[in-house]
Amino acid sequence: MDVIIGFGIIMAFFAAGECLSVLMGHFIPGSVVGMLLLFVALLTGFIKPRRIEKVAHFLTGNMTIFFIPAVMGIMDLWGFIKMSWLGWLGVIVLSTICVMATTGYTVEGVRFLQRQKERKGEGK
Amino acid sequence: MIHEMLTSTPVMLGLTVGVYLLAVWIRTRSKLMLLNPMLISVPIIIAFLLIFNIPAQHYIQSNSMISFMLGPSVVALGLTMYEQRMTIKEYLLPILSAVVVGSIVGVVSVYLLCRWFQLNEVFLLALEPKSVTVPIAMEVAKGIGGNTAITAISVALCGLFGGIFGPLILKVLHVKNPIAVGAAMGSASHGIGTARAIEIGALEGAVSGLCIALMGVATAVLVPIFNAIV
Repeated sequence: MDVIIGFGIIMAFFAAGECLSVLMGHFIPGSVVGMLLLFVALLTGFIKPRRIEKVAHFLTGNMTIFFIPAVMGIMDLWGFIKMSWLGWLGVIVLSTICVMATTGYTVEGVRFLQRQKERKGEGK
Repeated sequence: MIHEMLTSTPVMLGLTVGVYLLAVWIRTRSKLMLLNPMLISVPIIIAFLLIFNIPAQHYIQSNSMISFMLGPSVVALGLTMYEQRMTIKEYLLPILSAVVVGSIVGVVSVYLLCRWFQLNEVFLLALEPKSVTVPIAMEVAKGIGGNTAITAISVALCGLFGGIFGPLILKVLHVKNPIAVGAAMGSASHGIGTARAIEIGALEGAVSGLCIALMGVATAVLVPIFNAIV
């Protein structure tokens, strides 16, 4: 029974998220809206974590299997990808390095400023 | 007759589940967390479909039940965020700034690099959400008309590249703060980066895991705005 309840709650948030997404003209995917709604509902205590824990952990722990079927669409695109696979890999590698470097430095910078502020506070 | 049996829905569904279980088993046995089950499963299923001459579209349609679960699994990430609420509270400012910078750099760098490499628009739309976890990236790609198959593979490759070379890149760049390392690994390489970050340290892992969901939200908002402007 808890599996049905847990799944029902998650589906309800998915449905609510989808409806809000339609109202926003599909600006943000319904599932992402549902995720935020669920997060807020858990924070406010509207939903008890133990109600959904079992199903939610099953879903997030096995995400990979849910997108394997869609990946097979690659078979029909093979000829297209073959033409520019080097550029494709280049974008992936370089962009990942860019994101890593900028986020890493941003946090180092913010932590440095935070520490300086703390030190100033101690000096007074 | 054999072809009819092989192409029936239960066999097509069973193929996905069976191959996935095999991939998870291989990863557990090899103890290599970087061996993403997707990268093991995909070639096996492709081989099966080619050998028995089954069209990819037939396989995808037969598996729509499994694909549908992608939506609920993204919703379930709300609980993951809730479970990490203490980490959010403690490191709110550094994590938020990392996510904002990371999502902007992720989308803009893909746009500029796609131009530079003169890649087709199809790659651009599929790659824009590539720094976030696969299910969210696929939902975002669907929203902007990108190809979800290219998105999923690109995201996995980003994760793999960052998971393997991330610690080395951060060392070369002299990024040492555990929160900075965690944020960089999670923002650039989502789940696979987080698996590696957990090996580095508990704090790195917690921050990295948190950045996955937050990067997803930030990118989901940013991508349509960016496409409207450019």
